[in-house]
Amino acid sequence: MIPFSLQKSTDVGEAIAAATAGGRYIAGGTTLVDLMRDEVERPGRLVDINALPLKRLQTVGDTLVIGALVTMSDCAAHADVQRLQPVISESLVEGASPQLRNLATIGGNLLQRVRCPYFRMLDAACNKRDPNSGCSAIDGFNGGHAILGTSSSCIAVHPSDLAVALIALDATMRVRGPNGERSFPVEELFRLPGTTPHIEHTLQPGELIIDVRVPSGRYARRARYLKVRDRSSYEFAVVSAAAALDIENGTIREARIACGGVGTMPWRMRASEKALAGRPADRATFEQAARLALAGAQARSGNAFKMDLLPATIVRALELARDVS
Amino acid sequence: MNLQAIGKPLARVDGRAKVTGAAHYAAEFNQPNQAYAVIVSSSVGLGRIASIDTAAVARLPGVLAVVSHLNAPRLAYNPHKSGIDPPVGERLHVLQDDLVRFYGQPVAIVVADTLDRAECAAAALRVTYEARKPVVDPRDKQAQPMAPAAYGPVEADNVRGDPDAALAAAAVSVDVSTDIGRQNHHPMEPHATIATWNGEQLTLWSKSQYVANEQAEIAAVFGIPQQNVRVICPFIGGAFGTSLRTWPHVTLAAIASRQVGRPVKLVLTRRQMSYTTGHRPRTLQRMVIGATRDGRLTSIIHEGMGETSRYENFVESLTAGTDFMYSCPNVRTRYRLVPLDIGTPTYMRGPGESSGMYALETAMDELAYKLGMDPIELRRRNEPTIDEGLNVPFSSRSLMQCYAAGAERFGWAKRTPEPKSMRDGRLLIGMGTATATYPALQFPSSARARLLADGSAEIEVAASDMGPGTYTSMTQVAAEILGLPVGRVRFSLGNSDFPPAPPHGGSQTMAAVGSAIRAACLAVQNMLVERAIANPRSPMHNAGLDALEWVEGHLRRRGGISAEQSYAEIIAAGGGAPVEATVSVERDPEIAAKYSMHAFGAVFVEISVDPDVGLARVRRALGVYGAGRIVNPRLARSQCVGGMIGGIGMALMEHTSLDARDGRPVNAHMAEYLLPVNLDIPQLDVHFVDEVDPHVNPLGVKGLGEISLVGMAPAISNAVFHATGRRIHELPIRIEHLLKL
Ligand SMILES: Cc1cc2nc3c(=O)[nH]c(=O)nc-3n(C[C@H](O)[C@H](O)[C@H](O)COP(=O)(O)OP(=O)(O)OC[C@H]3O[C@@H](n4cnc5c(N)ncnc54)[C@H](O)[C@@H]3O)c2cc1C
Ligand code: SF4
Repeated sequence: MIPFSLQKSTDVGEAIAAATAGGRYIAGGTTLVDLMRDEVERPGRLVDINALPLKRLQTVGDTLVIGALVTMSDCAAHADVQRLQPVISESLVEGASPQLRNLATIGGNLLQRVRCPYFRMLDAACNKRDPNSGCSAIDGFNGGHAILGTSSSCIAVHPSDLAVALIALDATMRVRGPNGERSFPVEELFRLPGTTPHIEHTLQPGELIIDVRVPSGRYARRARYLKVRDRSSYEFAVVSAAAALDIENGTIREARIACGGVGTMPWRMRASEKALAGRPADRATFEQAARLALAGAQARSGNAFKMDLLPATIVRALELARDVS
Repeated sequence: MNLQAIGKPLARVDGRAKVTGAAHYAAEFNQPNQAYAVIVSSSVGLGRIASIDTAAVARLPGVLAVVSHLNAPRLAYNPHKSGIDPPVGERLHVLQDDLVRFYGQPVAIVVADTLDRAECAAAALRVTYEARKPVVDPRDKQAQPMAPAAYGPVEADNVRGDPDAALAAAAVSVDVSTDIGRQNHHPMEPHATIATWNGEQLTLWSKSQYVANEQAEIAAVFGIPQQNVRVICPFIGGAFGTSLRTWPHVTLAAIASRQVGRPVKLVLTRRQMSYTTGHRPRTLQRMVIGATRDGRLTSIIHEGMGETSRYENFVESLTAGTDFMYSCPNVRTRYRLVPLDIGTPTYMRGPGESSGMYALETAMDELAYKLGMDPIELRRRNEPTIDEGLNVPFSSRSLMQCYAAGAERFGWAKRTPEPKSMRDGRLLIGMGTATATYPALQFPSSARARLLADGSAEIEVAASDMGPGTYTSMTQVAAEILGLPVGRVRFSLGNSDFPPAPPHGGSQTMAAVGSAIRAACLAVQNMLVERAIANPRSPMHNAGLDALEWVEGHLRRRGGISAEQSYAEIIAAGGGAPVEATVSVERDPEIAAKYSMHAFGAVFVEISVDPDVGLARVRRALGVYGAGRIVNPRLARSQCVGGMIGGIGMALMEHTSLDARDGRPVNAHMAEYLLPVNLDIPQLDVHFVDEVDPHVNPLGVKGLGEISLVGMAPAISNAVFHATGRRIHELPIRIEHLLKL
């Protein structure tokens, strides 16, 4: 590992100042330290934010307010989360391993970096790690890569399960930086790779995630997260889907769908959602709607099977959501 | 034998040490003033090193040495091969020239006073190459198969009868081509060596399944006498075959230590575990079987091809099982190697048989479907009375008993044979079965037994325990023979000072080391008998040998009327010095030639397949084995469960992917090289049929380590077919194979 300095911060303002001056936030460290060991990440200065007062999880009306430093484990197990937004719990528990979830934070989860194997190998070309060096995955191993939102620069999938659920639920996030505070939909945190895959999100230098807010809706009760992967746990999604349905008398009033494992960012399936509204909650409807998720999808040598798996996963997730008792 | 200790489900004698951390593994033998070495691995797959900028790195903080081919000592690399080294070719010589033979080959080591500094400096080392494109895929047009030059006990080509004519005349036939991906062992414990020189004496605390050979190999590499090298490895955190050979990192640790004049620790990174420490070779096979309408095999043609490196011919028993598994007058097996620009493969749990039997047992299942016959019935109809390949009887063979007991326990009768005919809710259910086999090997082993003044015993063998429970089972053998409580026997292993044992592989430790310990215990008892007979004050004075017997560690005259003498008493009478015997034992070559010796088993698997998203999951599995005497049923079960989990990995998950452009293992990472987790192994059941084999060895044991992995992959893939109606001839079977069912 390359030497670095570590500064523990107890005050939000002080932490932001340190990060604005070039420091890098560290929370659970499960993404950052891993990548530092591989020397993919080389921060000279770390700002430890674990002592900041961002560990609260509260309910304001029916809205969940999840502090950025709440761990994945605590968030998943929280009674209010399970009651109001069970799909968030499900997406968290399906992620990583218990040990990792005990350390990893909600803020860190959203900012975790891609799992593209070439990104992690310094001797492979990777535009995300070394801008303009090329992309090893496009003509190499890309079975785990994206079919949506790709560019000729990068096709890596955004790996967060939580983000998929949050985006389906129209969650927003609050960040604070040197120029004050702002809030925006979680979906707007992410950026498509375009020609600048090394810029992954829309945070400004020094901006600190404060919390994530999840509004409630009638769909929240019938919501499921389906994660499809070759082993039963401790693996990133091959394809995943968060689906939420508001059904009245067998007719869908509103649907929410977002998918993981397929996009360069967590992918909201708005065309599919629209196609479901006002239709019966049956398999035929689900299948028709799921096909729309493939609009604009582009497969590579190794991931063509996701063109079949994506709609199949959406259909199953919708069925699971519908069948919530 | 009237058994007191053997056959008992004794808990691991080393269990407490393991769970409390008192058991020390290679990397934990930290030495005073120890430095740390980190390997710099080649980042190209073939070519030459053009330059190494050592000077820049040598100046970094804490760096003690940067060693590459430019400044490494010229090593002797004297000829040396043991049974686990490929018979043909020459091992990789590290840092001796500028050639890069495969991706990840060590090109330099950086030594520093702390691990962090060594890592940091290693990452900063700039190496440039003249690179060429390697050939790493056996299907590549440039890949050239060849007949292995030497293949040990089994020939590369074997023919009996006229398989082609018989196939042409067969009423029913199947023709199956399979592709099993490369696997890496990925044990929990990484390879690790701490090396220290004391003058010309080299001590290595090094992860090894074969310390005696590591001693000999390192002595040969450095051109020093064998007695100048000591290898110590009391505990192993899993190995599965990757620590049988002595790989280049051991040499590198010793070079580094000599270079800096300090003890040096070298631990491979997880990524490096996919480079130079062997792997299960990718295999391409074709299996053709012809049969009569009533299911009698008339022809088997098995052509198998395994990858190897350019510099060594790694051979394994890929086609060996086909020669004797079923009764069939016309059989041809053909084994070929494809040299590629990769590191040399090595034995991995169930080597040869697990890949070869996958092809045979898949084809047998397909044949059963073509015949409309139950797959167990098909095997029953072709059960041979002798080994038809060698034309000798089996020392014992309980395959049919295994199938019978297994079918009963598993509930095979509930299976409806039609593919896709069984469901649980929306899930497709499949049941599959397959035969498992592995040779009952026994290479020569020695052992030392020592009785102490207090009447307790010490046993020493340079054996290993990578998890099966060698410590415990060998303690049981010694306790049994000596008639002592297990608590009065102390067994030590993993030290090259001890009498040599064969490699801890090939499922032979129980047979080989157990037989040697038995013999050593008998020998030391005989020494005491002679003393007692010679001693005028002993109640056994002048007794005839046949008139005496040992009962629970006491010598007495047969009939039991006279006084007895304990070990302690006989030793005390001789002055109190410990009495020890060291013996070597090998299988009687005459008996070995008379019998075909193998363990057999039947494996049953039930899987579910999600028809929408292509997920295949094992729901339950049963392995039934006839493996001779079971020394410790608790350990044996654990051993088999481990093998079965390995089989689940082989069937559904494990696969090292190489990037064809530079031969790079792409998923050399535990997050991406998938191994089964607990959720993937819900219910594993193990059963042993009673099997008495009077020929294999005096203990009557056959070994379980390999056979328990062997039948799993074909049973799973047969179950996948039963569930889905889709044959997948590629391992591992993944989601992408099972979509759009
Ligand atoms: C083996 C493995 C398997 C995994 N499997 C899964 C999985 O299946 N599904 C899944 O979703 N995830 C998975 N993960 C990822 C894991 O969830 C993330 O590593 C974790 O959530 C990151 O949180 P952290 O607190 O450890 O972040 P850190 O590593 O501390 O930080 C990550 C990044 O976020 C930044 N950061 C952290 N907190 C803040 C903040 N409040 N404001 C601004 N920036 C911040 C850091 O500067 C850093 O860039 C896996 C990880 C590993 C190692
Ligand atoms: S897909 Fe993206 S992360 Fe992967 S190699 Fe290409 S640029 Fe790098």
